[in-house]
Amino acid sequence: MDLRFTEQEVAFRQEVRDFIQQNLAPKTRERLRLGYSATKQDIVDWQRILNKKGWATYKWPKAYGGTDWSPTQRMIFQEENQICHAPEVNGFNITMIGPVIIQFGTPEQKAHILPRAANLDDWWCQGFSEPGAGSDLASLKTAAKQVGDDYIVNGQKIWTSTAHMADWCFVLVRTNPNARKPQEGISFLLVDMKTPGITVRPIISIDGAHHLNEVFFDDVKVPVANRIYEENKGWDVAKFLLGNERTGIARLGKSMERINYARELARDVRQNGKPLIDDPGFRQRVAKLQVQAKALELTQLRVVSKAAAASDGKPDPFSSLLKIKGTELLQDTAELVMDIAGPLAMPDWAKELDSLNREEGDNEPRIGPDWAGYAAPPYLMLRAASIYGGTNEIQKNILNKAILRL
Amino acid sequence: MDFDLTEDQRLLNDSVGRLLADRYAFDARRGYIKSPQGWSQDLWDKYAELGLLGLPFAEDYGGFGGNAVDIMMVMEAFGRNLVLEPYLATVVLGGSAIKYAGNEAQKGELLPQIVDGSLKLAWAHSEQQARYDLSDVMTTATKDGSGWILEGAKSVVFHGDCADTLVVSARTSGDRMDKAGVTLFLIPAGTPGLARRGYAMRDGTRAAEISLSSVKLGADAVLGTVGDAMAVIERVTQAGIAAMAAEAVGACEAAHAMTLEYLRTRVQFGRPIGQNQVLQHKAADMLIEVEQARSMAMLAAMMVDENDPAERSRNISMAKVGVGQSGRFVTQAAVQLHGGIGMTEEYQVGHYFRRVMVFEHMWGDSAYHLGLLADQVA
Repeated sequence: MDLRFTEQEVAFRQEVRDFIQQNLAPKTRERLRLGYSATKQDIVDWQRILNKKGWATYKWPKAYGGTDWSPTQRMIFQEENQICHAPEVNGFNITMIGPVIIQFGTPEQKAHILPRAANLDDWWCQGFSEPGAGSDLASLKTAAKQVGDDYIVNGQKIWTSTAHMADWCFVLVRTNPNARKPQEGISFLLVDMKTPGITVRPIISIDGAHHLNEVFFDDVKVPVANRIYEENKGWDVAKFLLGNERTGIARLGKSMERINYARELARDVRQNGKPLIDDPGFRQRVAKLQVQAKALELTQLRVVSKAAAASDGKPDPFSSLLKIKGTELLQDTAELVMDIAGPLAMPDWAKELDSLNREEGDNEPRIGPDWAGYAAPPYLMLRAASIYGGTNEIQKNILNKAILRL
Repeated sequence: MDFDLTEDQRLLNDSVGRLLADRYAFDARRGYIKSPQGWSQDLWDKYAELGLLGLPFAEDYGGFGGNAVDIMMVMEAFGRNLVLEPYLATVVLGGSAIKYAGNEAQKGELLPQIVDGSLKLAWAHSEQQARYDLSDVMTTATKDGSGWILEGAKSVVFHGDCADTLVVSARTSGDRMDKAGVTLFLIPAGTPGLARRGYAMRDGTRAAEISLSSVKLGADAVLGTVGDAMAVIERVTQAGIAAMAAEAVGACEAAHAMTLEYLRTRVQFGRPIGQNQVLQHKAADMLIEVEQARSMAMLAAMMVDENDPAERSRNISMAKVGVGQSGRFVTQAAVQLHGGIGMTEEYQVGHYFRRVMVFEHMWGDSAYHLGLLADQVA
């Protein structure tokens, strides 16, 4: 056992860091550093730069344009992107649909879909949750009926992140309403968002922004050829996909980056006439978060190393542990940044302070420090982190069922 | 000890409850937010009719001679209904400043106008660089003949955009962090050199940034003693904490009630999710924290009129920590137990969450007040 990174791993980290510093657009870096969300263009531009280098698809097998990096290298890569304020690659494309196509797709699907997903020529989104099917996903009702060479899809999806900017959606539909168990009547379809009959309606979230949507399907024609794997076996595909989702969802590097950012801010913000960074209570809080991050880093390494060694390819139930701790840490670090800004984080003046997106000729003086305008929204939006991807309560049920067996 | 309300307080509580139940449905509130001033003039007039605007002022000024417990009751009801009107700014903050610092002429002129609803005030003390330090005042007032000239800026002034008169603190002597040397001024909103930029807060209430550029005031604009306002500033802030703590308790109580309703009606896996023991325990934890917070809001209300400043500030800090920490827990859990719907703008629980968040970040968050208390641990 040796918990230190090897010389090669340290060199690899430096290589990734140098690459990001040399290639990431300064405006994108600054936007993410201040806590703003990456724009669609930020993400597309960065993923294409990575793709040219062969790094966008770092999680895929080498034969499909991936890398032969070790689990540790993959973790370092993800972490460095997050720490250096780079946008994260589009998870729907890289972590979800890509591996699904590689595992279940036909040769034609692989040839057509994978390169476009890698280069973000197509932006994918996920049509899983429904108003009546959240934690109990298998109770979903969106129906697909086969007519000739097509399925006719009717129903509604909800909480569909980025549907308003997506080209394609992978959708779970019910193809057999009479199956013995609800899981046995579900199929996995790929749907072109331009197909007639699809309506996307925005859901504004408590951070005041538009990330989420409702997606309505009204007699939407989907070719049978766009079904992945067998009819009524879509649940197997979904389980495979969700197992992959859970490891990336910890986003540990992002938490580390927020801790660094908080330390930076706390040097300039004052409390009781001294820099906040000198306040003993504040220092303890930061130190506690650093301990949590260190523990999670090592646990994550242990889980991914074990997954690499396992031959069955089944998702490790320990990935639920990473999801729970990772999202808690994301929430706590976002809360830390907001608390530093204090009263200045409370006005909804993000737009007024957004100097990076100022329109040409707008010389209106700003009314507060740039960074304060975006100190609260990540805190607000990240309340969803313990809800999406399977609530943290559901993750604990998974741990119980798979490991504790109480 | 006596935890019971008087008959008058019960009657008042009932009439406030009825008015808000009738006029503050979530959709109606959305309409008030969308109006240009962001709140309802009609309801403001109703509060005046009901006597709420005169609650804490002596009968000599047309008030009702009530105390902080009366304010607590009203603020709890306001919290349950997410009330948007400038009550805290005018009656609690501005009103306290005049009550504690005003001379007879000022009280005689201004308090009756608050009571009848014709005067709205704003408390313009905090500055951007100050965060939670009450004595960090960089706005200056320099002598100009018998009057004063003010220069500076004030930040996150509740309802500063609609106030008729602002109570503004400025340094008349001493250095940036000195407790001594700060003076309060009454500045009518139309005074040349005073500019304000209004905006919505994260919870939909209104506030403003205020700038003061060569604002000329007469000697009669001074509220209280020149150079000696810090004790008043502390009292006004404490009254604000006590009132807003009660409001936060109301918001927590309502968020908890909504969560229980959701647990009873949301069906997953063929049964209401409230049948899961883990969610029952979380809901029970919320109940515990709501009641703990309520106790601390009561403590804060009792302490507003305490004469010993050390005792008063120590207990107000305890209440701020207690309500702040419980409030975070309760409203975060309310969002969590609702799942996706709790994350949306169009659902009420997220609005409670943000109202409590704003409370927590005004006049010192839990960590700040915990620090003050920790300094006193011997």
